[in-house]
Amino acid sequence: MSDSEKFVPKPEEIVSTPGADMLVSHTTLTTTTIPPTTQAEIELSGVVQVSERTQARRENWRLILRRPAFIIGVFIVLVWTVCAIFGDRITPHSPLDYRSIPHLSPRASFPFGTDEQGRDVLSRVMAGSRDVIKVAPMGALLGVFLGVIVGMVMGYFGGWLDNVLSRIVEAFLALPVLLVALLAVTTLGSSSGVVIGVVAALFTPVVARTVRAAVLAERDLDYVTSAKLRGESSAFVMFKEILPNVSGPIIVELTVRIGYAVFTVATLSFLGAGPQPPSPDWGAQVSEAFRVISAGIWWTTFFPAAAIASLVIAVNLIADSVQSVLEAS
Amino acid sequence: MSIASASAPSTTAALALEDLEVVYTVRGVDRVVLRGVSFSIAPGEAYGLVGESGCGKSTTAYAALRYLPRNGKIVSGRVLVAGDDVTSMTTSQLQRFRATEASMVYQDPAQAMNPSVKIGRQLVESFTLLGQSKSDAQTSALEALRRVRIADPVRVMDRYPFQLSGGMQQRVVIAMALACDPKLLVLDEPTTGLDATVEAEVLDLVRVLRKECNAAVLLIAHNLGIIRSLCDRVGVMYAGRIVEEGPSHQVFVDPQHPYTVGLLRSLPRHGVRKTERALATIPGILPLIGSDLPTCVFVDRCPLADDTCRNEVPPVVPVGTDGLHFTRCHHPDRIPELIEALPDIPIGILAPSDANPEVLELTHLSKTFRQRSVNVPALVDVDLQLAEGETLGIVGESGSGKSTLAKTILGIESADDGGTVSLDGNAVAPNTSSRSTDDKRAMQMVFQNPDSALNRSWSVRRILMRSVEKLTGIKGDEANKRVEALAAHLRLTPRHLDLKPRQLSGGLKQRVAIARAFAGDPRIVVCDEPTSALDVSVQAAILNLLADLQAEEKTSYVFITHDMGVVRYLADRIAVMYLGRIQEVGPTDDVFNGPNHPYTEALLSAIPSVDGEPTSRIRLEGEIPSPANPPTGCVFHPRCPRVIAGVCEVTEPPLLEVAPGHAMRCHIPIEKLRRLQAKTE
Repeated sequence: MSDSEKFVPKPEEIVSTPGADMLVSHTTLTTTTIPPTTQAEIELSGVVQVSERTQARRENWRLILRRPAFIIGVFIVLVWTVCAIFGDRITPHSPLDYRSIPHLSPRASFPFGTDEQGRDVLSRVMAGSRDVIKVAPMGALLGVFLGVIVGMVMGYFGGWLDNVLSRIVEAFLALPVLLVALLAVTTLGSSSGVVIGVVAALFTPVVARTVRAAVLAERDLDYVTSAKLRGESSAFVMFKEILPNVSGPIIVELTVRIGYAVFTVATLSFLGAGPQPPSPDWGAQVSEAFRVISAGIWWTTFFPAAAIASLVIAVNLIADSVQSVLEAS
Repeated sequence: MSIASASAPSTTAALALEDLEVVYTVRGVDRVVLRGVSFSIAPGEAYGLVGESGCGKSTTAYAALRYLPRNGKIVSGRVLVAGDDVTSMTTSQLQRFRATEASMVYQDPAQAMNPSVKIGRQLVESFTLLGQSKSDAQTSALEALRRVRIADPVRVMDRYPFQLSGGMQQRVVIAMALACDPKLLVLDEPTTGLDATVEAEVLDLVRVLRKECNAAVLLIAHNLGIIRSLCDRVGVMYAGRIVEEGPSHQVFVDPQHPYTVGLLRSLPRHGVRKTERALATIPGILPLIGSDLPTCVFVDRCPLADDTCRNEVPPVVPVGTDGLHFTRCHHPDRIPELIEALPDIPIGILAPSDANPEVLELTHLSKTFRQRSVNVPALVDVDLQLAEGETLGIVGESGSGKSTLAKTILGIESADDGGTVSLDGNAVAPNTSSRSTDDKRAMQMVFQNPDSALNRSWSVRRILMRSVEKLTGIKGDEANKRVEALAAHLRLTPRHLDLKPRQLSGGLKQRVAIARAFAGDPRIVVCDEPTSALDVSVQAAILNLLADLQAEEKTSYVFITHDMGVVRYLADRIAVMYLGRIQEVGPTDDVFNGPNHPYTEALLSAIPSVDGEPTSRIRLEGEIPSPANPPTGCVFHPRCPRVIAGVCEVTEPPLLEVAPGHAMRCHIPIEKLRRLQAKTE
């Protein structure tokens, strides 16, 4: 029953007011009438205590830190980030040059086994995080950045501009993602810059739609009218007035998009449209090795694939936690 | 202890609450919302609960049917409905109880219905739930619609909720609530979203149905007039406790608790005007939910409070001899002091004289919207003037074009060609963006809902600063000084400036919104229902503030409202709008004393008065017609109780001056109106 929701006291309604104690002395003056001029002084108590508010927010962050999902997610991401930063400085063997016996199954000396060229899979998986860790967040960030601009324009201006942009967005969404991405990468080359650009271009329309919906709800609020009444430019209203109020969904969108970006980047490199062999990139490793699974050599495929999965899951765990905390506050 | 015990024994009462305590669990902490509420309602009786928002009225209603939200729980006390203890029922008993014994009507009828299911099916459902067969339910549903006086029930059955007006929707909801012939009907602010004329109809209906069904009614309302007009007895709630209870005519005429006295005093009543005195306010705010109150709950805001009040819970003191009227006060003997001490501080306003220069003039102002290639005239040929320091009240039902008028004046919507908005005699551009900074600065707006009007992620300082910079061109330190002066002027302290809107109470938020409107020393401020979202005591403070500002700054106001008491207090002149046209305009006293345009007459008669003055109600038939397809002749003729057949539907009457400054659009000669309206009074 949704009606009952409104009787749940909101956090700001139930925290104590600072002026309350002082009030007693104010209002217990013997005069029976209070002239309207003193009203505001006493209405001071209408202020909700600041420290308690901040405390409430701090409590939210404490809540998120108490979530095991968040902790696990952050831990996994940190592990891969450390691997990406230090690369072959911390791997047990050189990911590229070291050679042992090919196709050794996992054992104490090679926990993840060796690949067909006798390279250490563990070392390669560790070093292989570099490309994804760098490219995926950048692509997601750029995509969200562009999506915010496009979505803001669609939502704020509405009318024919919204119609035209909406159709373009829909057309974009109708294209088979991988095909377009592959086409772009094969024509423009497979440098990180191009992959970032492709990921951003794929995400922009999706983000734009989310932002548009959030802006639509804000656009008709009176503070926007008030801004127009004092002659603010559209850009000011969009990015200074409205943007801070839609930051919640945008942050959530960003974290979710990073997860998708990891997957997209890995897929592209699996299809050969990313770092080329002998690069230890996860996608590239999987694509090099997956044909030998049927011969019982599973570890060369499994470990890089599990690495991809772990990163995607970790980012999603973080995204979920962020979303629930933002929604609660 | 129990207030209830005197009025009816709880075993026979339709509803009896015995020392009910309810808490809400927030972040793991139990916060007390109801601190021992006791009252009882006899079968067939109507009981009203009044109080400011947050005092626990609705929680009481929900607790009575055990509809509390998930984090709410009853910690002690009992709820008896017709002798059955609701607090100890099992889930299935509770379901049966809700299906057959008690019903509830909520504030927003649109939310109480499924928007995608036809009215007929929803109604039939509420009867089949009671075990009726499909065909019986069909007949019952039709009968139910007839019972709530819906014209043409067969056609209404075949419609979706959104195709009905708010008043019709609320009727349907009431019909559903009555399906089970409940012994108890709980109405939670049933008319809050409705226009005065529709509200009056719904209240009439509830009054009649109550007699027909002999159901006990628990009515929650913040509008004291509604309670007065509908309820036999009333309980005044404050901070989760009933502080006064008694027959409604006694409580409202002879209040015996300082809070009730304060509530009644803060209403603009008895035709009081800003030129006579400031409104009384109740200083302070409601104690917070969950605060520990081993005292009189009202102690912080009570002018009579002394050490006894601060240390002891006051006893329930009977008032008078009939054994029905109670107050919870340590000093009931000192109440007369409060009543005598009405503030007579006049606000330094003199009624604007003819000598005051004209600031704003609207000539032939029209606004036509284009919806799905149909022209919808929302504003038709409006001519109005506004003098310096004058307040022009705009009244009318929703859909009458009040807000469109405000937007067109401000240039949020641009007027149709041919109409002009002139400031100090010079026409200004039709839309805001092409107006000069000086013109923008001269006209500002105060909105209805401060939550929507203030950017929630900005601090108060930033909100005010931006307006000062943008409108006056002052920058930097100078602007900051101006912001602080402005805030001080609006009686906000420097401490408030660094807070975000959500950290302020409703009244303070509206102060910030007013401060923003005054940032550039405007000539004209358009106020769109600035107090309708606020409690009455806060409303009084805001109205005082607006009047004070006007006296000091000679600002003119265009004041849009549906509250006749408020407009009478604040406005110097009133314009009555219907379907985008001015039907009557004149000095406030003339408009209130009549003779009136028949529409004004109906509007005035629809207000439920807290003073219970006998008003002969004029009922308006039908709904406001669509502005896209206005009636021929006088647009009001299809609903006019004084329509002259053969005249009114043929030609639209001109807006004619009937007395100096008082004009109306009616075919009936003024003398005849005077005779007709004298008769009905």
